[in-house]
Amino acid sequence: MTAPKDNPGGGMTLAEAIIASHTADSVAPGAVCRTRVDFAFANDITGPPAIEEFRRMGAVRVFDPERCAIIPDHFTPNKDIASAEGAKRAREFAREQGMKYWEVGRVGVEHAFIPETGNALPGEIIIGADSHTCTYGALGALGTGMGQTDLAAVWALGETWLRVPETLRVILRGAPSRWVGGKDLIIHLIGVIGVEGARYMSIEFHGDAAASLPQDDRFTMSNMAIEAGAKCGLFVPDETTMTYASARGTRDFTPVYPGEGARYARTVEIDASSVEPTVALPHLPGNARRARDCAHLEIDQVFIGSCTNGRSRDIEIAADMLAGRTVHERVRLIVIPASYEVYNEALERGWLRIFSEAGAAVCTPTCGPCMGGHLGILAAGERAVSTSNRNFVGRMGHKESEIILASPAVAAASAILGRVADPREVSGDTRPS
Amino acid sequence: MSHGDGKISGSAWVYGDNVDTDVIIPARYLTTSDPARLAPHCMEDIDASFASSVRPGDVIVAGANFGCGSSREHAPIAIKASGVSCVIAPSYARIFYRNAINIGLPILECAEVSSPGAVSRGDALEVDIAGGSIKNLTNGREFTASPAPEFMSELLDAGGLVPYVRRRLGCAG
Repeated sequence: MTAPKDNPGGGMTLAEAIIASHTADSVAPGAVCRTRVDFAFANDITGPPAIEEFRRMGAVRVFDPERCAIIPDHFTPNKDIASAEGAKRAREFAREQGMKYWEVGRVGVEHAFIPETGNALPGEIIIGADSHTCTYGALGALGTGMGQTDLAAVWALGETWLRVPETLRVILRGAPSRWVGGKDLIIHLIGVIGVEGARYMSIEFHGDAAASLPQDDRFTMSNMAIEAGAKCGLFVPDETTMTYASARGTRDFTPVYPGEGARYARTVEIDASSVEPTVALPHLPGNARRARDCAHLEIDQVFIGSCTNGRSRDIEIAADMLAGRTVHERVRLIVIPASYEVYNEALERGWLRIFSEAGAAVCTPTCGPCMGGHLGILAAGERAVSTSNRNFVGRMGHKESEIILASPAVAAASAILGRVADPREVSGDTRPS
Repeated sequence: MSHGDGKISGSAWVYGDNVDTDVIIPARYLTTSDPARLAPHCMEDIDASFASSVRPGDVIVAGANFGCGSSREHAPIAIKASGVSCVIAPSYARIFYRNAINIGLPILECAEVSSPGAVSRGDALEVDIAGGSIKNLTNGREFTASPAPEFMSELLDAGGLVPYVRRRLGCAG
């Protein structure tokens, strides 16, 4: 491990320290390092073309089948013949290589499923052919997304090149109010710094509000680091991290921490106690507004799920909000737990019945409508509230449809009232002034 | 068109900031990664005329953070297959940047091209990709792109990532 060139004797940021633990090269912001990779995966969309590139590279075996995986989660259960053919190619390759693969009925949405099954661990470098691979920053792992050719190279070599990112330190202070969670905080942050406010950078979360966030809320925040252009969004491992990772880890791991005196390119402080339930209006994730300022926006559909907000705590919050209430007659509510661990918990704790009785459609784990795949595509002129991560033009269907990003609490409240709603309007506690 | 001397010329297709990969190639077409099948849908959700009117050699000139969003390599593949010779923008999202290099789509970083009046849709451009010079033949303005980072040039010189890995694995050719 080498100290940063421009900061001799000084500590490293968390991203620098993780890269330094995986390379023989000198680590400093802007330097390009050849790094070891701990886990590398594709999904059913990026897998088949990655396999083609792997073959074109002349590669025969993946570098370590225990550290390579394909997660069939996007167009599954397959929505049409073309997606079925792609999933088949991915499945056959996984079998041939003996690499990790889970079938429909067991698999979950990749960025919920991979940490849940102990395949992303503190201190590791995880490369996925999916942009939301940055989710694993919530465990203090440098997860970052790449394209299928880069991923194929990792499968072949067990390493990749990384440009050492500058680091944006985000200090979250204060106690968030009851209906404010990771989703509100990350949309608020992107609203402050902009959708390219952390382009090429590592975001490193600090502060008492970050430390108090449950693990699932941290996943939500790291998941959306890419929506500010970041390479990764890292939480410093703490007791919450270690409790989660130690119970699930499939291999030994060594957590890595930022050093004293680490150099941050920029520091942004957020008073989390003043953040209100927040949404992102079309068509950028940084188009942040208070939910209560958007009550005039009527909606046609609500989606609760995805790699951003399909975890246990998300589904529980939505169920609490919907218990004893009904979905507005004009609204279609689609709930998709992101994994079977979440689905089965929802089954055992009665959340699925709550959704069913409220008038929601509940589907088995898949990415579903998030990126316009299936199970809830929007028609022209329709508007949805979604707990997913992107509200780009046409992301969830017709180019003239609209997506408003929100937390599970805002999404559930909006489903009940048929318009964008602040959860306090439904729960009855402290109405917005 | 290409002049065979590293210079290309074509018409400009001008777009704003934050052109995301969902509009470059919508997810509904991602059941294939065949360039010929992706090209007809390139940019269709923000510019329905692009795919049918773009001509070989044409240049996309865009605002900051081009290619933000999904990791889909289908995005630079679709642009390249549509006939576009290069993209010029002040900045790129990092995954798109890597993907474009890996599939051999030239991308130039140039802050001035997105300033008002610099390049308008349909302007005739002449671009020296290796040298980084950009000439707007319609209004006579000239721009210079930032040089590619050294490691990127090495990767491009190797012919892209696939030949690089082949060499590392000891494969012929």
